Amino acid sequence: MVRVLFALLCFLSFETQAQTFAIDNYKGKVVYLDFWASWCGPCKESFPWLNAIQKKYKDKNLVVVGINLDKEKSKAEGFLKEHPAEFALFFNSEGDLAKAFGVKGMPYSVIIDKNGRVVHSHIGFNPDKIKEYTTVIEGALK
Amino acid sequence: MKYLMAFAFLFSLQGCTTTQVEPWEKDLLSEDKMTFGSDAIQKSYEQHTYFSKEATSGGSGFSGGGCGCN
Repeated sequence: MVRVLFALLCFLSFETQAQTFAIDNYKGKVVYLDFWASWCGPCKESFPWLNAIQKKYKDKNLVVVGINLDKEKSKAEGFLKEHPAEFALFFNSEGDLAKAFGVKGMPYSVIIDKNGRVVHSHIGFNPDKIKEYTTVIEGALK
Repeated sequence: MKYLMAFAFLFSLQGCTTTQVEPWEKDLLSEDKMTFGSDAIQKSYEQHTYFSKEATSGGSGFSGGGCGCN
């Protein structure tokens, strides 16, 4: 609980590299945060699915936000050429957002409901668990 | 001398302050060149010799039941 509150506080007020990542932009929306990096294998696998859910649930107010944690932005850009992202992207090379959300592995996903509460998080991307992920998203969208 | 030893002791304490690599900082560690024996053929040859001599299949991350039948 403390961790969730802390994460939310950081989420509300974090300023990173002159970009403000504020929850105000996502008020009333379900946010799917995906922490990824160019060197991470499962991240490559997850991108087509992230594109698909963003497309499928866009009208239902789901926002997928990919948070890149590469030290060098050029590596992320190279990755994006091969694996295009059709969702919002945010670059956090300092990793402070990852720290705030307690990222334990790569990729790391966090689902935040319409009230700004963290309702789910998981490490990695397992295609066998897509059904499970979708259930959580649909539950949050209701 | 006493001060010098105290200083050396205190100085050594800070050596282990940042030992943990965060998950998002493992980009260089995930590169092929960071693995032991990045040449797969050479590695499997060495592993075969090792477990045949030592009867320790699986002793260094090599998968197998250790039955000694291969």
